Amino acid sequence: MPIKAITPDYHGDFKDGVEKFNGNQLVNIHWEKHLMFAWPMCVPLPPGMPFGALIEGVLPGIFGAHPNFKQIDWNAVEWKTSKGPFKPDLAKSLSDNGIGHKTTISFRTPGLNGVNGNAVC
Amino acid sequence: MAAEGNAKPAKKLSLKENYALLTRGLGWEPSYEKKEDIFRTIDFEGVVIHDWDKWEDPFRLTMDAYWKYQGEKERKLYAIIDAFQQNNGQFNVTDARYVQALKVFINGITELEYLSHRGFNMLAREFPGVGPRIAAQMQSLDELRHATTQIHTISQYAKYFTGMNEFPYQFDRVWYLSIPKSFFEDAVTSGPFEFIVAISFAFEYVLTNLAFMPWMSGAAFNGDMATVSFGFSAQSDEARHMTLGIEVIKFLLEQDPANVPLVQKWIDKWFWRGYRLLSLLATMMDYMLPKRVMAWNEAWEIYYEQNGGALFADLARYGIKPPKRAPETIAEKGHVAHQMWSVFYANRDAVGFQMWLPSEEEMAWMSEKYPDTFDQYYRPRYEYWKAMEAAGTPFKNTTLPQLCQVCQWPCLFTDSGDPTTLSLRETEYQGQTFHMCSDGCKDIFDDTPEKYVHAWLPVHQIYQGNCFLPGVDPTAPDFNPMYEALRYMGIKPGVDNGDFKGGADATNWEKWTSRPANIHEGAYTDAVRDSHIKS
Ligand SMILES: [Fe+2]
Ligand SMILES: [Fe+2]
Repeated sequence: MPIKAITPDYHGDFKDGVEKFNGNQLVNIHWEKHLMFAWPMCVPLPPGMPFGALIEGVLPGIFGAHPNFKQIDWNAVEWKTSKGPFKPDLAKSLSDNGIGHKTTISFRTPGLNGVNGNAVC
Repeated sequence: MAAEGNAKPAKKLSLKENYALLTRGLGWEPSYEKKEDIFRTIDFEGVVIHDWDKWEDPFRLTMDAYWKYQGEKERKLYAIIDAFQQNNGQFNVTDARYVQALKVFINGITELEYLSHRGFNMLAREFPGVGPRIAAQMQSLDELRHATTQIHTISQYAKYFTGMNEFPYQFDRVWYLSIPKSFFEDAVTSGPFEFIVAISFAFEYVLTNLAFMPWMSGAAFNGDMATVSFGFSAQSDEARHMTLGIEVIKFLLEQDPANVPLVQKWIDKWFWRGYRLLSLLATMMDYMLPKRVMAWNEAWEIYYEQNGGALFADLARYGIKPPKRAPETIAEKGHVAHQMWSVFYANRDAVGFQMWLPSEEEMAWMSEKYPDTFDQYYRPRYEYWKAMEAAGTPFKNTTLPQLCQVCQWPCLFTDSGDPTTLSLRETEYQGQTFHMCSDGCKDIFDDTPEKYVHAWLPVHQIYQGNCFLPGVDPTAPDFNPMYEALRYMGIKPGVDNGDFKGGADATNWEKWTSRPANIHEGAYTDAVRDSHIKS
């Protein structure tokens, strides 16, 4: 049902279109079963950044403090977005991997599920 | 012929006559302007009112009585505040952690009183019925009084402790204060009927006791007589506001069956928004009060599950059902306080108050109060973080969160069925992605995306470069975005934020009172250790 407003056909302007981020797009990244990092992390990244550079250059700054982080076998990591699981091509860009503005990427690290296997930390 | 001394004095009106003249006598029929030009916002929401005179204000309060009561309350309150200040009452509270809770109050709640004042002012102009206009006018004045008395009371604390002196500035800028701000601005920008259902019914009637009772008894229990006094000074106003809330609902439902689905939709929406806002109180009750009164889950059981249950059973005869997302609030009651405190702790460099981990004594209390959740899901996290503190490598999160487009909380809540999985929801709207923290917030976004695409989300504003003070150069080699964003928000980095232990408030507290800043951990500084040795 359309909104009821004093002004006919009211529509707020889109506050967060990709054109407002100075050439970057927002990407949200969530490490599942590591709830010490209790929210998806929002970072501005160039859409042309290779997926491999996300893993090597961005994720350590976000999640590196976790003792599980150094043990991650990146070949075994399971990735997904709201559209379902995907296998990233590390040489290709975020865009070419289907990662758009405000996409949330969740990843799971099999065998590594928090400190002492406890997903809450 | 008054000069000759034979004029009869005006007949003194009874209260009932006085009220009748005030509320009915003022409601004249316009002759040279069309009614719809005078009351321009009353139709667009689709509410049908046949007879405004059916509105019964049970208080029938007249203006002269109102001024008299309120004036008396003010005199009493300010006498207590004076005495509190003369006696340095700010040092009589349990410890300096309690003061951190007051910061959440002055920065996050007091501005809501002011917004409420503005909202009810608008209703006092917009409603065609005089009864509700008078009630809205009085409530508008009450809310202004609440804001000023809170500011005056807490100003005494602001002279001695950090983080309370920039509250109006912070309210418009601090990332987590967009949670209360967006709540009330959503209400004020709704139509008058949605506003009054949102604030008078869903917030004041259904939820406000939850804020009021534990908060005020918490203040009393921790020796904060100033806060208790403004609380009780506001309490008789609250009783009137709650009655307005229930009268509004009954009036709307009795006027026309077409109003029922509208009212139901607004109850569903504003119950959820109010719940998300108030769960901030969960952290205050369970973590920030050094002496605790009751746990959040107990408060929710009494004030929502029991009282709310009875209320909605009563409203069932109008065809009104309990709020759609009430089951989620019950499923979450053992989790929210712990999830929010964890997030504040992990991000303590980015908040305007100082943080600590719960003591052994507090964790034992939580294990007892939350037998189904605390030991399994939250104790291990705190124990790990304590170990990291002890090892000299305390944990800090450094990356900004994905925010909910509706409530503006970070997406930190977990799924009802699984406390180790985040409850992430999203909607694709006109080619763009929007994130929500829960089904409750997704319902709201999906109903009126036209409104919420426009939300001012602090994280996105920071990344757009809109949250730096003039003259700051984001291309400078030593540019530190976190530091600059905090300065923009009115938070003094290194003073207002960070660890409680070693922070300005804890250190000053021990110097000035010779008592531990954290009663559960003993003295942090020599100021206390020395004085105890001497005595
Ligand atoms: Fe109020
Ligand atoms: Fe939300």
